[in-house]
Amino acid sequence: MSSIVSVQNLRKTFEGGFEALKGVNLEIEEGEILALLGPNGAGKTTLISTICGITLGTSGSITVGGHDVVTGYRAARSLIGLVPQEINLEPFETVMNSVRFSRGLFGKPRNDAYLEDVLKKLSLHDKKDARIRTLSGGMKRRVLIAKALSHEPRVLFLDEPTAGVDVELRKDMWDVVAALKADGVTIILTTHYIEEAEAIADRVGVINKGEILLVQDKAALMAQLGKKELHVELTAPVDAIPTSLSKYELAMGPGGRSLVYSYDTKGERTGITTLLNDLSKAGLKLADMETRQSSLEDIFVGLVKETA
Amino acid sequence: MNWTAVASIYRFEMARFFRTITQSFVSPVLSTSLYFVVFGTAIGSRIEQVEGISYGAFIVPGLIMLSVMTQATSNASFGIYFPKFIGTIYELLSAPINFLEIVIGYVGAAATKALFIGVIILVTAFFFVDLTIAHPIAMLAFLVLTCVSFALLGFIIGIWAGNFEQLQLIPLLVITPLVFLGGSFYSITMLPPIWQTITLFNPVVYLISGFRWSFFGASDVPVGLSLLAIAGFTLACMAFIWWIFKTGWRIRQ
Repeated sequence: MSSIVSVQNLRKTFEGGFEALKGVNLEIEEGEILALLGPNGAGKTTLISTICGITLGTSGSITVGGHDVVTGYRAARSLIGLVPQEINLEPFETVMNSVRFSRGLFGKPRNDAYLEDVLKKLSLHDKKDARIRTLSGGMKRRVLIAKALSHEPRVLFLDEPTAGVDVELRKDMWDVVAALKADGVTIILTTHYIEEAEAIADRVGVINKGEILLVQDKAALMAQLGKKELHVELTAPVDAIPTSLSKYELAMGPGGRSLVYSYDTKGERTGITTLLNDLSKAGLKLADMETRQSSLEDIFVGLVKETA
Repeated sequence: MNWTAVASIYRFEMARFFRTITQSFVSPVLSTSLYFVVFGTAIGSRIEQVEGISYGAFIVPGLIMLSVMTQATSNASFGIYFPKFIGTIYELLSAPINFLEIVIGYVGAAATKALFIGVIILVTAFFFVDLTIAHPIAMLAFLVLTCVSFALLGFIIGIWAGNFEQLQLIPLLVITPLVFLGGSFYSITMLPPIWQTITLFNPVVYLISGFRWSFFGASDVPVGLSLLAIAGFTLACMAFIWWIFKTGWRIRQ
């Protein structure tokens, strides 16, 4: 697969000296869903704004579909749809007029049939003649998405799309994202909700303090960095962990009814077989066993802590 | 050029105008009628003819200019300031359009609105006074140029303004006084000699004088100079906007 968005050594220093991006390199592959994870103020929005042309990078280069976003801005921006984080909408306009305006701005000929179809997919069609200020917050966010999709973009940026959004809209939104992906649209979403990234992304990038800490295939990332835990439930509680088992650095569960063994799935030996042997040698009887993989959240917190 | 985008901006802005039709049309017509009643009828009946023209007719070009300048400025400044204020400017910045196209869309719409209002006031004037237009084509040219140049000025103000107060500041503190002191309601030959000289530093004098010439064939300053003044003003605004475009001043960080 080829990159549709390529960010090379991008730096952004704001007036006043705040360095929001410190040399970001990022290749986004065509057709993938990339989740950019990072705490507030990590530089997620600045990165997106610079790719979309809202702010100018201080140094470095960006291409979208092979077009430089500064010298080839027309071709580059034509490919991009942006759903901003803030609900920025013209309050007195109707939904349909607002969406039509967006399509026109991108130089696309009027096509109301297509726009109505977009509104239908977003459950907005019955509100198409309503003034935007009369809509609820969730509906307004749908309008933002409709505006971004109005000109049939090949790359869609969703900046914190589910911040303050109810469950129903979140589900609708993921349906739309899945349909777009099926059409080959590349989707980049920023979030600080780990579950979101875990649920829908193909790859996950972690950004903190203006630097990309890693970008990796979601499954690989979790396998590589994920620690697994083996939970062993005992038939009879123990008062203390037998000294013969000290090398396993076990943790004791509540009431001494269970033991927890942490191991690295990437390690050559997980040590499970010998642990089980040693457990029976120590005279412990097992009632049940369970393994748990650490979530993306644990990985994320671990990474961000390291750089803090 | 992305003409589809220009047309979209233009249509969007004009839609706002027609949505607020009462505010847009009725209020300038009403205030102009009041001017006619107060200045033309009440005061005008005590003033003799000015340069051989009845006072009521004499003030018509000045009244039109007053409305057109303030309307062009405020419409254009509001048009570009509002997206900045509510945040929808992100769409203009991320669209495949350049600054020139944005300017044509917003300034074109603001100038059109001002032109509408100018024409309506002119039509209203015919109900109050006897009026003939000596040079209709020149009249239209002056009117259009004034609409465009002051819409350009308004666009600059809208980009510059950081809040609603600043948006009102220049129209209120600069344009209105200059128009009132620019011979809207009097001929500058009626002033004491020293003020006749001082008033020549007021650029609006040239616009009103030229516009009045297109009605009555008589002017305070040579009509060529008037044309030069408005062309110069338009070019100055364009140059400033070109500089904004180059530097991204107050728009793109």
